[in-house]
Amino acid sequence: MTLAALPAADEAIRPAIRALIERAIAGTPADIRARSWLGFDAAFSRELGAAGFLGLTLPKRYGGGERGAFARFIVVEELLSAGAPVAAHWITERQTAPLILNFGTEAQRNRYLPGICRGELIFCIGMSEPGSGSDLASVRTRAERTGSGWRVNGQKIWTTNAQHSDHMIALLRTSGSAEDRHAGLSQMIIDLKAPGVTVRPIVDLTGGAHFCEVFFEDVELPADALIGREGEGWKQVTAELAFERSGPERIYSSVVLLDAWIRHLQASGRADPATAALVGDFTARMGVLRAMSIACTAQLAAGESPAVEAALVKDLGTSLEQQLPIAIGDDLAAHPDEPVDAELYRTLMYVTHIAPSFSLRGGTREILRGIIARGMGLR
Amino acid sequence: MNEFIEPFERMIETIATPALVRAVEHGMDAASLWDVVAASGFLDALVPEDRGGAGLSPAQVHPLWLALGRHAVPLPIGETMIARYLLAMAGADLPDGPIFLAEARTGAECVISGGLLARHALVEADGALHLVETASMAPAPTGVNGSLAARVSWSGPTRAAIGAAPAGGLRSLGAILNAARIAGAAARLTGMATAYANERIQFGKPIGRQQALQQTLAVMAEDMVAARIASQLGCAGGLPPSPAAAATAKSVASAAAARITATAHAVFGAIGISEEHDLQLFTRRLHEWRLADGAETFWNRRLGALRLAVEMGSVDFVRAWQDAGQDSSL
Ligand SMILES: Cc1cc2nc3c(=O)[nH]c(=O)nc-3n(C[C@H](O)[C@H](O)[C@H](O)COP(=O)(O)OP(=O)(O)OC[C@H]3O[C@@H](n4cnc5c(N)ncnc54)[C@H](O)[C@@H]3O)c2cc1C
Repeated sequence: MTLAALPAADEAIRPAIRALIERAIAGTPADIRARSWLGFDAAFSRELGAAGFLGLTLPKRYGGGERGAFARFIVVEELLSAGAPVAAHWITERQTAPLILNFGTEAQRNRYLPGICRGELIFCIGMSEPGSGSDLASVRTRAERTGSGWRVNGQKIWTTNAQHSDHMIALLRTSGSAEDRHAGLSQMIIDLKAPGVTVRPIVDLTGGAHFCEVFFEDVELPADALIGREGEGWKQVTAELAFERSGPERIYSSVVLLDAWIRHLQASGRADPATAALVGDFTARMGVLRAMSIACTAQLAAGESPAVEAALVKDLGTSLEQQLPIAIGDDLAAHPDEPVDAELYRTLMYVTHIAPSFSLRGGTREILRGIIARGMGLR
Repeated sequence: MNEFIEPFERMIETIATPALVRAVEHGMDAASLWDVVAASGFLDALVPEDRGGAGLSPAQVHPLWLALGRHAVPLPIGETMIARYLLAMAGADLPDGPIFLAEARTGAECVISGGLLARHALVEADGALHLVETASMAPAPTGVNGSLAARVSWSGPTRAAIGAAPAGGLRSLGAILNAARIAGAAARLTGMATAYANERIQFGKPIGRQQALQQTLAVMAEDMVAARIASQLGCAGGLPPSPAAAATAKSVASAAAARITATAHAVFGAIGISEEHDLQLFTRRLHEWRLADGAETFWNRRLGALRLAVEMGSVDFVRAWQDAGQDSSL
């Protein structure tokens, strides 16, 4: 991992994206902004698309900005640090777009990428199943060849935003059985409005409903639903997960809470050495994580797939994201004479409750540490 | 074990099933559940016998408080036990219904665990205790999903105080109650996580066979036992607890609560993030009880100040309060 700097030419887009975000989130309370990843606002995503802030890594001929990974980093950093509602384009723009660009046919690229860049087409990721979480290679949902294409049967679960999505990129078994593991898996684009698809939202512990169960009963897909090569699904998913794991989203999930707490400290005039040390600890760690995340971005920009580095940043980053609500709660509880306003309290409790999910989504802590250990030659 | 825990737990099992806990959290009127508790007589467990109570010691009540945590009980039963004890000791009338405890400052708002369910509040302000109707404190929901905590405000007493606040404040009584509830919930979560680790198959075997998870669960068990012992120390003396006992109990239990919730969620994976799973009934409460009456730093400061004020060895300091119990000045 090599220290890298954001190019000045890319930094030049920061004021414009910042201004757009400020307009969009004006007046939105911190506890709503703290949902950023999960905050769904289709109009906002379309606005970003219209302003040219989506698809920055994609070629112009598919509607992209052709600016590269650094420019995208800056946009993502601005969105997350403000707590903008990004869910309507988040996963699609982050991982589906590069997947279709790298593995799709020309027809698929032309069909989907421009809509993604406009913030209009929403995809969800159907990897996990009830019996296949960490052990993703054991998926059972199956696509069988028919005269005209494929027929899908089975079930996905924890599919974020399936209820709002047009399509799912599903990891399916196209040959062999669960015992065959990595062989016989393929990725397919499923139209979620097709007959036989049932989407059922699952309520989470904060009362929100962002992830879903998705059932497939004899769902007929055309032949061109296959993305990439039949049987190459595992390889493609691994490449896709490197995109999912390496961005700044893995270090900024609690930053709205951090900023709300710091504003509270400033308003209370509390800057004693113990408080300053706590703020300093978080600030130092966030600084290093940001630099590490930029280093990963530089590897992506150079066309590499930094899987081990991404795992390292995600594990360290989610640890900080999870410690923040615990430490901030402890700090506020240690100062009972300092009233905590209702918005900060709601933000604190929301982040406290949702934080365990930070080290689950996109691969658990244990799985990431396994990847790092393998990278070190230990397994 | 004592003879009270069995009937108490049987009662708790009827009023705090996971379905009822959810219903109360979503606004069900808990009056009929409270009637069951009131009829049981347990609310006067701490009230001296000569004032009509059972006269139990905190050590005898400790297993009941553990049970409140083990069953994620939403009603402020522990708080009401403490309030009724303090009211009885002050010779005041005992009102019907749930009572919450609050240390308040005039003109300031604060968040009180269980505040939405209580009809009365026992408020400590400027060193004195006041019994007021909750309505006079304008209780408002916090907006946190499923939480029965209330945001209340105190605009000063309207009647004479019923007596002086206990030494160490209401907060030290709340601390030993919450330490015990944390320990009870911690035991439940450790059991749930261990059972799930033995059941859930990934990579062709139970996830509990993975050494990484075994190590994490082993640390969870360490924290669970430490939290229980800490809470027992908190309840070992009389009422109010000694400052060192309350601080030790709440500091250790609060720090453990944060790690235990994290581990429980890690083991359960995505299913533990869903509302439908009972895990969140316990983990959300652990966070609330951890923050109530001060978490680890609040109590570490009090304990650290006590320790720094005396010239003796650290072991002697710990011995001094543990072995002397309530008579200790520490
Ligand atoms: C908020 C959220 C959003 C999500 N969105 C999506 C989505 O859009 N699409 C999608 O497909 N999935 C999604 N997921 C699912 C996510 O990918 C899974 O939760 C994750 O892969 C873990 O699977 P699991 O929950 O079944 O846990 P399990 O795999 O059952 O793991 C349980 C525990 O066992 C441990 N464990 C398992 N195997 C090992 C091992 N070999 N060594 C050591 N420890 C091990 C895990 O680390 C964990 O601690 C989402 C999850 C969350 C929480």
